[in-house]
Amino acid sequence: MTAEIRDIAIFTTVAALAATAVMLVPGVAIAWLLARRRFPGKAIVETVVSLPLVMPPVATGLMLLWLFSRRGPLGGLFDRIGIEIVFTPAAVVIAMSVMGLPLLIRTARAGFEQVTRRYEQIAETLGAGPWRVFSTVTLPLATRNILAGAMLGFSRALGEFGATIVVAGSIPGRTRTLAVGIYSFTETGQDRQAAILLVISVSIAFVAVLASNRMAREA
Amino acid sequence: MAAFDLDFTLQQGEFRLAFSVNVEARALALFGASGSGKTSALEAVAGLRTPQRGRIAVNGRLLFDSDRRVNTSVRSRRTGYVPQDILLFPHLNVRENVVYGLREGNRPDLRVLVELLELATLMDRRVASLSGGERQRVAMARALYSGPDVLLLDEPLAAVDLPRRRRIVDALLGIRDELSVPLIYVTHLPEEALTVADWAVLIDNGRIVASGPPRDVMPAD
Repeated sequence: MTAEIRDIAIFTTVAALAATAVMLVPGVAIAWLLARRRFPGKAIVETVVSLPLVMPPVATGLMLLWLFSRRGPLGGLFDRIGIEIVFTPAAVVIAMSVMGLPLLIRTARAGFEQVTRRYEQIAETLGAGPWRVFSTVTLPLATRNILAGAMLGFSRALGEFGATIVVAGSIPGRTRTLAVGIYSFTETGQDRQAAILLVISVSIAFVAVLASNRMAREA
Repeated sequence: MAAFDLDFTLQQGEFRLAFSVNVEARALALFGASGSGKTSALEAVAGLRTPQRGRIAVNGRLLFDSDRRVNTSVRSRRTGYVPQDILLFPHLNVRENVVYGLREGNRPDLRVLVELLELATLMDRRVASLSGGERQRVAMARALYSGPDVLLLDEPLAAVDLPRRRRIVDALLGIRDELSVPLIYVTHLPEEALTVADWAVLIDNGRIVASGPPRDVMPAD
């Protein structure tokens, strides 16, 4: 294995882990809201968070490019404090997070819905406020599903291609991920390199999905 | 003795419960067939169901009053509730379940509770490994350790084998007399009502059909 391939594998894994960490808090919060609360616009939120699952990833990438480019609404804010997003490793993490988030939300939401409300009511009768009920009853009882969802989100992040290539490109040693690398090596006739990346991708994804399934089963 | 001032109507779909009991007692038994509205009455006191109108007060502490728009939140009611399905937190062990309630105030000493409910050998066990009677005792300890003004029990003997029922009844008497925590409990077993309660309320199809000392109220058999 060449140093370049090793670096791509390490970068992709680290970026996918970072993306999983980034999506965890908003993902769990949205999953809980969708499972436990009624609020105006809930159907819209449900639809929006599922969009990346069904939209062409390249289209999601284009939206991210618009949002995070220097003239975009979010990119402009970052630009003011001297942070550039587009075509940097940060863009890779953002693209991975957005694409992985729906899977985390769906699995975690199912987890919250499985926690019977009666446990939460009992905690209330014992004097627990909303945060204590959530952190000591709801969250622990949904943990398996949340971990399974995080693992699925991580797997999705690992394989992310369409959004990543639009918003982060394929810069060797900077933004090139496993999926983008396979494409780039194939395009330039480096089939052996592509094949090695393929084997690495399949191996990591296999382990991640296996672990996710096991957690979801035990939940 | 505790003053129970419970006078409310509760509508749930087609079912209507009209409940009215105003009495001083140590233990109040709600007796009736399944589906008569006993559990709904208990849950109205706990705050888990909201009556359409009426008033709920225990020992002068107002928990609900539709006229005065009082509806104390579940967490502030100080009602220890042990539902029929017990619902010990499955991810916590026995000790963690028992000490879950964090309320300050008149909560009993943990050692006293452990002794009264015979929990010493259970404290480090996982709840999944407990028998029906053990689960019931742990749930009662959990409710009591939160320092409730009243303990609400839904069919406390239902999940307990016949030979072990005596221990639960003894525990109920201990809670009533040694800890001086008033009880409201739901039962369909006349002997349980007779042993523990000093006031019994007979409910049928959402209506109170008799209310008084257990010997006067309970069916002869």
